[in-house]
Amino acid sequence: MSTETAETVDVKGQNCPMPVIKTKGAFEDLDAGETLVVVATDSGSMSDIKGWAESTDGAELLEQEEATEDGESVYKHYVRKTK
Amino acid sequence: MSTDTPAGSDAELSSEETAELLARIEELEDEVADLRMAVNEDSNKMVIIATKGTLDMAYPPLILASTAAAFGYDVTVFHTFWGLEILHEENSKDLKLSSVGNPNMPVPNAIAALPGMDRMTTRMMRGKIDDNNVASVQELIETSLDHGVDLQACQMTIDLLDYDEDDFYDGVTTGVGAASAFQEMQEADIQLLV
Repeated sequence: MSTETAETVDVKGQNCPMPVIKTKGAFEDLDAGETLVVVATDSGSMSDIKGWAESTDGAELLEQEEATEDGESVYKHYVRKTK
Repeated sequence: MSTDTPAGSDAELSSEETAELLARIEELEDEVADLRMAVNEDSNKMVIIATKGTLDMAYPPLILASTAAAFGYDVTVFHTFWGLEILHEENSKDLKLSSVGNPNMPVPNAIAALPGMDRMTTRMMRGKIDDNNVASVQELIETSLDHGVDLQACQMTIDLLDYDEDDFYDGVTTGVGAASAFQEMQEADIQLLV
């Protein structure tokens, strides 16, 4: 995906609930219109980040993708701050 | 309007009645403002009462509290009885798993009761926690405090268990009791006893 991201939240190796909490922290620092990407190895982050974005005012989940990096599953979540 | 009041000059309100009505309007406006505030999305609140102090039971309240904070909730965790161990700076690093009375343990109770068994099962659990990259209890406490969770230590049980207010992590609220916890629960959308 070619979305331009203002920030990368690297939570590889971290497990529930850290991906959501670190996402929230970085999201707060974004300006309206900016997008961040969360890079996680926790497979639960797929539903956790989705649920968080749905419940958070001003957070829009643009895309989630699963890739394999160095033989390990990596989950990427693109979240845009709309206001 | 009363039927015996003829239309015309007699139907006008006295200044006293007008003042009364204006006061009532003001009163109602305040009430509407309060209700608006109560349904405001920003005022979501969760209260957890944490009563357990074993390694496994330290996790649910801390994980839920920090997650709710990430969802924009105003969170209070009221720690009482053994739940205080979670907030005790020294003891929290050494929380144990209980082998006896836990049917999920791979050994029967008679063996689980032997000296040293809790130490062994706790070591196994800590190994699993590390292997699975699950955050430590201290890490979750610090994360919760960083995100504005109010971690409270019940004053009555601090005294009962002979603890000192300085024994707890910086940022932990002390000097609180059942009444303040109840008041917070009254205002909360979610209340949990763990």
